[in-house]
Amino acid sequence: MTKIDPSRPETVLPTPSHTVGPFYGHALPFPGGGDIAPIGHPDTIVLQGYLTDGEGNPLPDAFVELWSADPDGNVPQVDGSIRRDPASGGYLGRNGVEFTGWGRIQTDANGHWTARTLRPGARGQSAPYISVCVFARGLLVHLYTRIYLPGDEAALTADPLLARVPAERRDTLIAREQGDGTYRFDIRLQGEGETVFLEFQ
Amino acid sequence: MTLTQHDIDREIAAEHAAYEKRLADGAPVEHQPRRDYAPYRSSVLRHPEQPPISIDVSKDPELVELRSPAFGERDITEIDNDLTRQHTGEPIGERITVEGRLLDRNGRPLRGQLVEIWQANSAGRYAHQREQHDAPLDPNFTGVGRTLTDDSGFYRFTTVQPGPYPWRQHVNAWRPAHIHFSIFGTAFTQRLVTQMYFPSDPLFPYDPIIQSVTDDAARQRLVATYDHGLSVPEFSMGYHWDIVLDGPQATWIEEGR
Repeated sequence: MTKIDPSRPETVLPTPSHTVGPFYGHALPFPGGGDIAPIGHPDTIVLQGYLTDGEGNPLPDAFVELWSADPDGNVPQVDGSIRRDPASGGYLGRNGVEFTGWGRIQTDANGHWTARTLRPGARGQSAPYISVCVFARGLLVHLYTRIYLPGDEAALTADPLLARVPAERRDTLIAREQGDGTYRFDIRLQGEGETVFLEFQ
Repeated sequence: MTLTQHDIDREIAAEHAAYEKRLADGAPVEHQPRRDYAPYRSSVLRHPEQPPISIDVSKDPELVELRSPAFGERDITEIDNDLTRQHTGEPIGERITVEGRLLDRNGRPLRGQLVEIWQANSAGRYAHQREQHDAPLDPNFTGVGRTLTDDSGFYRFTTVQPGPYPWRQHVNAWRPAHIHFSIFGTAFTQRLVTQMYFPSDPLFPYDPIIQSVTDDAARQRLVATYDHGLSVPEFSMGYHWDIVLDGPQATWIEEGR
């Protein structure tokens, strides 16, 4: 029964998740999906990494969504990530000025993804981080993780999540600095070095 | 050894029995599939083995995951929710209208949220480069749409009935006809990607993807209801499918936001 009666709370039950499957590539990814930072913004950082499975093989049929605060720690409430062109019916791209905080990046044939965004500011009790949601063929329910940036050890030490993660797995949540504002963040779905994934309750 | 439908049927039955036993032993109802559902072979190497770390959102209302990216009129064109009008000609197939309401776990409508869909054409073929199924492409059908929910949380699409298609996981593996949905709520924690099915599809018992939802009632929530009131005279068949997003929200967000 898929007509829900909100006046009967016992009928309001979650719609189950399903895999995104193999054939979303002409539907969900969009040009400039990873170009989240406004052009020329001084707080721009580059994030990149590989997405791999339990045998270390790259996933060419997956995408990540990034979502984060702006450099002041404020949550962007600006639309326009996937602006459409009413004339052609195609994509118009971002306007290059506004920061929407959200991007969607398809992995390439090597399982590699890259994004340019703004270094997030801190919010609440947390060290600054970028929220990540992973979707893939074979993944029946998407996975959440976070990208923390190295540098401010005091903030990382005080972060409520990082404080709870076993020491040997903590590094899976912290990107590695590669110079020139570039950070490497690999996501391992299973096995050795498995990324810490999150659930929210 | 060649993997047969019979092999998969047995695995599906075993998973279902294991779930029934968990329930009988007092475990909670599972509204979501498990990520390690072996009858769907692609899940085997792509699910974490470690349990996720649970975050209690009530301890920090500032979590960015309790907010969601914004989408607006700039992100949608007027005909994006009509998949039959995106080309110079009409697609082949049975026209359908799909409508429903986007709700949170409290039954409140979620307004202005992005709903994206994609699907195979009426012959069961996706307009995707890597699709190998030997069924005809339709030059007048891409099978991609998007819309924003209205002030009452409703979405509405006009499209054609997708066909079932083979997918080679095992011999004679066929997917029941479905439309893929990607949905945002007011919190990133509510993000959902799923598939909507059509009533009484004979392929349901054979398909390890829909059967990955082992709870019978939860699985039924993936199946749209035929709604004669939504059928458009001389035009289309109507289906109704309400969507309830799981995942916590910020409790302090005011009703009507």
